[in-house]
Amino acid sequence: MWASSIANALRVSTASRTSFPPAFSLTRCFSTVLEGLKYASSHEWVRHEGSVATVGITDHAQDHLGEVVFVDLPETGTSVSSGSSFGAVESVKATSDINSPISGEIVEVNTKLTETPGLVNSSPYEDGWMIKVKPSSPSELESLMGAKEYTKFCEEEESH
Amino acid sequence: MRGGLWQLGQSITRRLAQADKKTIGRRCFASDADLKKTVLYDFHVVHGGKMVPFAGWSMPIQYKDSIMDSTVNCRENGSLFDVSHMCGLSLKGKDTIPFLEKLVIGDVAGLAPGTGTLTVFTNEKGGAIDDSVVTKVTNDHIYLVVNAGCRDKDLTHIEEHMKAFKSKGGDVSWHIHDERSLLALQGPLAAPVLQYLTKDDLSKMYFGEFRVLDINGAACFLTRTGYTGEDGFEISVPSENAVDLAKAILEKSEGKIRLTGLGARDSLRLEAGLCLYGNDMEQHITPVEAGLTWAIGKRRRAEGGFLGADVILKQIEEGPKIRRVGFFSSGPPPRSHSEIQDTNGQNIGEITSGGFSPCLKKNIAMGYVKSGNHKAGTNVKIVIRGKSYDGAVTKMPFVPTKYYKP
Repeated sequence: MWASSIANALRVSTASRTSFPPAFSLTRCFSTVLEGLKYASSHEWVRHEGSVATVGITDHAQDHLGEVVFVDLPETGTSVSSGSSFGAVESVKATSDINSPISGEIVEVNTKLTETPGLVNSSPYEDGWMIKVKPSSPSELESLMGAKEYTKFCEEEESH
Repeated sequence: MRGGLWQLGQSITRRLAQADKKTIGRRCFASDADLKKTVLYDFHVVHGGKMVPFAGWSMPIQYKDSIMDSTVNCRENGSLFDVSHMCGLSLKGKDTIPFLEKLVIGDVAGLAPGTGTLTVFTNEKGGAIDDSVVTKVTNDHIYLVVNAGCRDKDLTHIEEHMKAFKSKGGDVSWHIHDERSLLALQGPLAAPVLQYLTKDDLSKMYFGEFRVLDINGAACFLTRTGYTGEDGFEISVPSENAVDLAKAILEKSEGKIRLTGLGARDSLRLEAGLCLYGNDMEQHITPVEAGLTWAIGKRRRAEGGFLGADVILKQIEEGPKIRRVGFFSSGPPPRSHSEIQDTNGQNIGEITSGGFSPCLKKNIAMGYVKSGNHKAGTNVKIVIRGKSYDGAVTKMPFVPTKYYKP
């Protein structure tokens, strides 16, 4: 699992050269945290671009969950609210709720995850995205963590 | 039952540790100081073990390999598990067998010395107190291993009955093997690798057999048994020799036998169709309902004489009202407590264990359904998060077992 995470981190880092500022790693678990994204304490990320916010789970989250075997996602058009569950990820290990870091209406769902749930592991910040939301209160983003803050949060959680 | 992502990895602990209600709902920092450690604790940490609370112990849920890879590797090569949290117990005395037969469903008297079997401790209502592998070492010495989560309850139960039995003049006493550790070595490389470490000929030792022998320089109790469906052994080793033995096994396998945690152990036993006490078997479930009628034995069926025998023998005669069966299903993997419906949407039962099978690459589950819905091929619906998914009753084991038999 470490090996695949490292490979993953390298790949995401490379990708980040074109679309994002450099990524940096958690010292303890080699998970990648991207600059420019916002993070929830329940380990989801959100990328706000124009009128749409994309939501997924972090590299740290997928690393802890292990191989994702099923992703349960809602329909386009349903509304989500900040802090509430909109779906679930099933790994070999366990079932986990996915919470939306922001409120709004779902405008797109990543249907590729139906056939290839493993994208959540191999590409948590890119191909493994889950939903796109039209935020109803974009100010909610301000209460989320930045990359540095989230990295620190994970390190503290790990050390428990 | 579900945890958010922030409870990462803790969910399985709760799922696996239901026998120990204290563990439920604890988070990562579940007062680690209270947790017991096996002598292999530091060894686990050095090898990358992710330690979690389990039945009052700090145990590795996985190491560096993923649960998927660990599960597959056990069946392709082999796995080494630390199962020292389980409780080994010896009962000794000339009346040991009649004493134990009052508490379990198995034909202990009928076992040849040096052999063992799976059995169930029952209560007055015929429900299961615990399942256990019981071995007749000699006619006046029984060795058994009970679940960690049931240890206190089992020991209290046995002690109460032992007091009463002794007060009537019965000769039985116990010894709890807290001076020993327990390693499970499972998979196709288990026997060839263990053979490097002992002079005894393991090819003459079959599934269910027991020996006291020297392994890697230590006097061990060896049982050819396990909880994965593979050929393999459980090795009770003096605790001071446990780390050396674990190292020797890994070294002799040239890295092919991997340290394996509780996560893969759960996948493996589910694929093998084996019950997890606390999930698939509980106080109110009888061995007949659980599909373990085979463990009762002809003589015990004729004579009874164990707790709850009246209920259990009547169920054998009339057929149980509910039965444990296996399922394949589509959609998300069923988990404990998922509702089972017939194709008309009527409730017929509940899932007790389920997950994605790393070896079959599809969902497998077990649960209880009302009799009549239990035949292989019966179509069912399994309800997960309010949606119903197609499933079908399937024979178990899901993955063929490979026990070493003559």
